[in-house]
Amino acid sequence: MLIHNADRRMQIYGALLLLPAAVLLGTFAYLPTVATLINSFFLPGFRGAPPEFVGLENYTVLMEDRTFWRVARNNLLYALGTIPTSIALALGMALFVNARLPGRGLVRMAYFTPTILPMIAAANIWMFFYAPQIGLFNKLLGALGLSGVNWLGDPGVALTSVIVMTVWKEAGFFMIFYLAALQSIPPELKEASDLEGTSRWSFFWRVTFPLLMPTTLFVLINALINAVRVVDHLFILTKGGPNNATNLLLYYVYENAFSFFDRTYAATITVVILLVLAMVATLKFTVIDRRTHYQ
Amino acid sequence: MTAMPRLHGQRGCSMNPDNNNQRRQSSHVDLRNRQQIRLESVSKRWGETVAVDSIGFDVAPGEFVILLGPSGCGKSTTLRMIAGLEQASAGRIHIGERDVTHLPPGDRGISMVFQSYALFPHLNVADNIVFGLRSRKVPKTERRDRLARVAQLVDLEAYLERKPAQLSGGQRQRVALARAIISEHPICLMDEPLSNLDARLRGEMRREIKALQQRLGMTVIYVTHDQVEAMSMGDRVILMQDGGIVQDGTPEELYAKPATAFAAGFIGGPAMNLVMLAAAADGAVIEGEPHCSVAAHEAKGHWLGVRPEDIRLLPADAHGVPAEVVDAEYLGADSIVRLKVGSQQLRARLDGKPAVTAGSACRLQWRREAAHFFDASDGRRLAIVGHDLAAPPGRHRIEPGLSTAAQAPLQDNEARASSNHVGNDSSGVNR
Repeated sequence: MLIHNADRRMQIYGALLLLPAAVLLGTFAYLPTVATLINSFFLPGFRGAPPEFVGLENYTVLMEDRTFWRVARNNLLYALGTIPTSIALALGMALFVNARLPGRGLVRMAYFTPTILPMIAAANIWMFFYAPQIGLFNKLLGALGLSGVNWLGDPGVALTSVIVMTVWKEAGFFMIFYLAALQSIPPELKEASDLEGTSRWSFFWRVTFPLLMPTTLFVLINALINAVRVVDHLFILTKGGPNNATNLLLYYVYENAFSFFDRTYAATITVVILLVLAMVATLKFTVIDRRTHYQ
Repeated sequence: MTAMPRLHGQRGCSMNPDNNNQRRQSSHVDLRNRQQIRLESVSKRWGETVAVDSIGFDVAPGEFVILLGPSGCGKSTTLRMIAGLEQASAGRIHIGERDVTHLPPGDRGISMVFQSYALFPHLNVADNIVFGLRSRKVPKTERRDRLARVAQLVDLEAYLERKPAQLSGGQRQRVALARAIISEHPICLMDEPLSNLDARLRGEMRREIKALQQRLGMTVIYVTHDQVEAMSMGDRVILMQDGGIVQDGTPEELYAKPATAFAAGFIGGPAMNLVMLAAAADGAVIEGEPHCSVAAHEAKGHWLGVRPEDIRLLPADAHGVPAEVVDAEYLGADSIVRLKVGSQQLRARLDGKPAVTAGSACRLQWRREAAHFFDASDGRRLAIVGHDLAAPPGRHRIEPGLSTAAQAPLQDNEARASSNHVGNDSSGVNR
């Protein structure tokens, strides 16, 4: 009985220690998620009328919403355009600044600067690059005698312009993770492989890259979440236009909730996004994690 | 002693019949490939700091050479320059016929065992061992054969699928050794390979490495700061200090004839006693103890060195240097007794547990050849011979070179001395 009591007490201690985190998570993550899910089964009530339960009607509407598919396709292109490029660029920059080169600290800082800038500020800077008449890019093109491009106004180019800006912003951030991981690789590994005449290329693919795999995975997940989550720059650059050419999922959620005041439809889109992200996370934890070496 | 007959090379008289069947593939060491290593006034400087100052030595094929010294003496830097991991600032390094001073590490035909083992954490034991063979594009079947042979040699067959993190320290050490052996380079460099192991395992691996080296006829240059490792494994020991070579000789030479006071203090456990000599009427005396001269006048102002195991403890009425027991430390097989002589302190190593009490008076004796003299200014060994302490003080000293009959041991059953200690087995630890 006594032992049982002591056991009980330890369990209560444990639960109490978990409580603060549990409360925060519950209040700001799980509760809103559940509320969103419930909301997605209702139509918004106008003029004080109570919301009307419609079951899966919102979802059927969503499936037939051409704008939604357009936005989803945009977001897929945006993810495909930003993630591999920014990761490859980050790895390249990290390898470069990890080597012994003069002014290494300065180069590292230069690479990292875009990350420090708030997204809104970065977007404002790029506005000046992209502006049709006075923009830097068109000025440069003009100096070469080429006609300018309407970087953000042309539906065929606008999404690419947004992608380029995002890569510029994110690569430096991911570089920091790669740099930290590279510095945790013992230099003896390089020396041991040098003694066997291993080429740099071979060493990178057989040792460095596998050892960076946990970082790559972490960065990959982060990049993926960012691709769906970060929309600040759209407010400045394009507002989703022209003709939804640069509209992304979260921005579309925002539009529905706060421009069209269709909260429950916004909730429906959010649930779909959550489902997709949950699937990706499951894939990460079950398939890729098992093939990755963790220290 | 040459290691040649022990090679399981092409010779018919191999002492390892269990390896005969493996010889057809390729011997571990081809006699024609056995190469001498030569360093000619090699230096390493980083800006103003001189890590290695113009050192030179030869290593014969099949030799087990130890680079010994305290941390920061340049021994690891020297090894890394031989490996090609550091560029020499000056001087030339030859391996065999070739000048390798500017060759990249991979072209020097050497393998290396690192202090941290440098195993690839994401690869299993088998892949770790054959890593270099894959770099050198050795065909798969040959890789497999060589792996099987080496895994058996270092007793790792049961662990080939494991990752380094799943191995004990000793097993990791074996993987590192296997990786060095499988390359079949005739030269293997080892950088403090045992310092991450616990004392018991270290003793085991010491014997294993030595046996492996003799069996394969490898040339080994082995860096350590542990004099026990140096004495027990090395065919030759190169003692370094402040980037230079202090002494280069066999372990016996280093023990019996230390070239400097530093060498004297570095070899042996506990280290050699070093006491300052002062002038007195009838010769040089230990400072603060003016009555018993231990050497001629020329020794005054210099250091006297006596190994703890060479000191005999005698009752207070015997001849010898008067001393007072400070304390005794019992270690099992022997004891370390601290003694006060004048203003100086000495340690004596006595068999068993001597019945001495702190504060009691006694006399010390040592054989004439057990007394070493070192210059007070630069620590160099001096060619001075000490007095025979068994003779009565003052008159009729027996001159050096005369009969040693007067030195008949004055055994005392209370405090029997241990003059039969040879070698430097430290007690208990590190064995």
